[in-house]
Amino acid sequence: MGKLTLDAADVRRARTLARQVGRPIVKTAQQHTTVSVERATLRLAGLGGADAEGTPWVNRLADAVRADVGLEHGVALPVWDALLRGEAEDLLVLAQKAGAGSVTFRIPEGRDLTRARTASRKAVGAGIKQIDRRRVERERIIAKVGDAPRKPWIYLIVATGDIHEDIPQAQAAAREGADVIAVIRSTGQSLLDFVPEGATREGFAGTYATQENFRLMRAALDETSRELGRYVRLTNYASGLCMPEIAALAGLERLDMMLNDSMYGILFRDINPIRTFVDQRFSRQVHARAGIIINTGEDNYLTTADAVEAAHTVTTSQLLNEYFAKEAGLEDWQLGLGHAFEIDPAVPDSFRMELAHALLARELFPKAPLKWMPPTRHMTGDVFRGYLLDGFFNLVGALTDQGILLVGMMTEAVVTPWLSDRDLALQNVRYVMDAAGNLHEDFHPTPDGFINTRAKQVLGESIQLLEDIKAHPGTNYGAGLLDAIADGTFGLMKRPADKGRGLDGVARKAPDHYNPATEILEGDK
Amino acid sequence: MTIVRPYGDTTGDGMVQLSFTLPIKHSKVAEGAAAQLANKMGMDPALVVHAKPMGDDFTFFVVYGRVNHLVDTDQVEVVERDYPLLTPKEANAAIKRSLRRRMVVVGGCIGTDAHTVGIDAILNIKGFAGEKGLEYYREVKVVNLGAQVGVPQLVEAAIAEKADAVLVSQVVTQRDAHLLNTREMSAAFRESYPPAKRPLLVVGGPRFDETMAEELGVDRVFSRGTTPGEVASYLVHRLTTRKAS
Repeated sequence: MGKLTLDAADVRRARTLARQVGRPIVKTAQQHTTVSVERATLRLAGLGGADAEGTPWVNRLADAVRADVGLEHGVALPVWDALLRGEAEDLLVLAQKAGAGSVTFRIPEGRDLTRARTASRKAVGAGIKQIDRRRVERERIIAKVGDAPRKPWIYLIVATGDIHEDIPQAQAAAREGADVIAVIRSTGQSLLDFVPEGATREGFAGTYATQENFRLMRAALDETSRELGRYVRLTNYASGLCMPEIAALAGLERLDMMLNDSMYGILFRDINPIRTFVDQRFSRQVHARAGIIINTGEDNYLTTADAVEAAHTVTTSQLLNEYFAKEAGLEDWQLGLGHAFEIDPAVPDSFRMELAHALLARELFPKAPLKWMPPTRHMTGDVFRGYLLDGFFNLVGALTDQGILLVGMMTEAVVTPWLSDRDLALQNVRYVMDAAGNLHEDFHPTPDGFINTRAKQVLGESIQLLEDIKAHPGTNYGAGLLDAIADGTFGLMKRPADKGRGLDGVARKAPDHYNPATEILEGDK
Repeated sequence: MTIVRPYGDTTGDGMVQLSFTLPIKHSKVAEGAAAQLANKMGMDPALVVHAKPMGDDFTFFVVYGRVNHLVDTDQVEVVERDYPLLTPKEANAAIKRSLRRRMVVVGGCIGTDAHTVGIDAILNIKGFAGEKGLEYYREVKVVNLGAQVGVPQLVEAAIAEKADAVLVSQVVTQRDAHLLNTREMSAAFRESYPPAKRPLLVVGGPRFDETMAEELGVDRVFSRGTTPGEVASYLVHRLTTRKAS
């Protein structure tokens, strides 16, 4: 390790700034709850399913509670108080009755309050124990059938829209060499304020994330893992308006990796910043417990901004993602921090710069399994040139010890990958790894050479950006980062803290707010 | 009239390359099947230069061969540019001269499409292909609504901003989402505006066919590779000539 001659004091400074900038956000997150956090709590207590119109019971119940007593106390106390009062024999019946308007909720007091707390903690605790069992199960299967044989893990995407089409494609991709299968979600699911139910057969440019789809795909990949003698990991997306619920479902169904970025929803989906930070913190606490590796979304910055000019925004976001992740209880091995090969190939020395950026990420986060994302922006439809670009992308991956390599397709921007595209792409990866996988042993950039200079420059710009964010006045919520986001500091998008989707699902916690899931997740840390 | 045929390394040789997958196990028969397909596509002789098994049930082929088809360029139908290309300076001057106010452009991605790369390339000051985006034009007011804008929201913004033109980009094309969304959008504008007052409707995206404008109910369709300068020139041309007529 240590191919770059970064100044240790600069690295410490960058981390300190990330903590100083992130701390007020964590505080804001602690002071609020959201509809999705509360619904995730109900899911952990075992409430699933949907009514005839497809509205999940957790939504029906949470909405009814909110209408009676507000969201600020959390749903646990009013819900288990109603159960203890004998309004219904279980959560499902209670949700059905609440949906029909035949239950009135209240905030219990005195002995009733204590009993409701105890009962809710027991019910939610059962769900968290199930997540613990799933984690042990993963470890057991890996011990038994074996793990991915080498790094980087080969990450392939399926996206047919139909879970029953996805399954054979995912199994075929695993047989062809994929270590990780990601099921892309249907476009627009991020903006649904509920999690669809059941096995789904139609989506746009992807397949809906549902508990049943998770279960079906994990079961199929378990079968393939045993056949291949290596555990094939499954990835989905905890992003959008339902991050906490999807995180809970992922833990319950033993998904292995989840896309989970601290700012993606804000910047690219126009989701309210407070909603995002509250949901993100809870979802990451669940991922930490479930032993799930998160993948952050820094590659997205480079799809809207110039990859050279905006290189430092990637580093800055990685530092913030690391701070928020660790605060939520995730460990280094769970941080798949993202970055991408998106520099315009027409720029002179573009490959040297890519190397510099990738090495910088590697050395700033030496224990994290970085996620290396292939070119998309400069894939033009010239599939031959694209194939070469993907080869260079793979070479950077090999030289800089990336943990997770998303396989680039030469038909990026042309079609959703064909069978042959995937096969050719995997040949490309294998050739580079076999031919140059150990080249990093001989690769030592000159201390004052181009790569070192560029890496230091990007780190310096990143520190400057963090200084600027910290110096932001921080009016509304006392947090400079929120104002920086409002001003368009990241990815050129302006996102004020009092705007954006999902704001009406946020509530400031009352002093008597109680959420047993948070209590368990934070208490048992 | 110009007759052309593909060029490999000699004029008139008609050579093309082709790759495809057949859902059969690799064998002599599979290679013969690939050659037969190429023959039926008009390649004669067809040379199967590469055949690779992909799993047990599929084989990938690369075929080189000669086609005997001729193409008459006079019979090719395309949408030619019917407006002069202007520099930003010329565009600004033309707007000032004929509108006597700034031109208002409202843009966004409609439906569930979250890919703003197209609309941003045209609108953001950053631009595309070395040309600055419309935000750079002093006489153009740009309102970029971003991703996943609802059609009613787009109409509302167009009315509120007194838009001269509405730009919509669509990248996601699964199940023809881009066509459905565009039709929904143009219908909504027809409903909300008297014909003479309706802003110019322009859609763009990599998979659009430029000849489909009328069918989609919009004024213009831009396809892959369109630059901000082309869009700006088109808008200036249409809005300033409409004003004059």
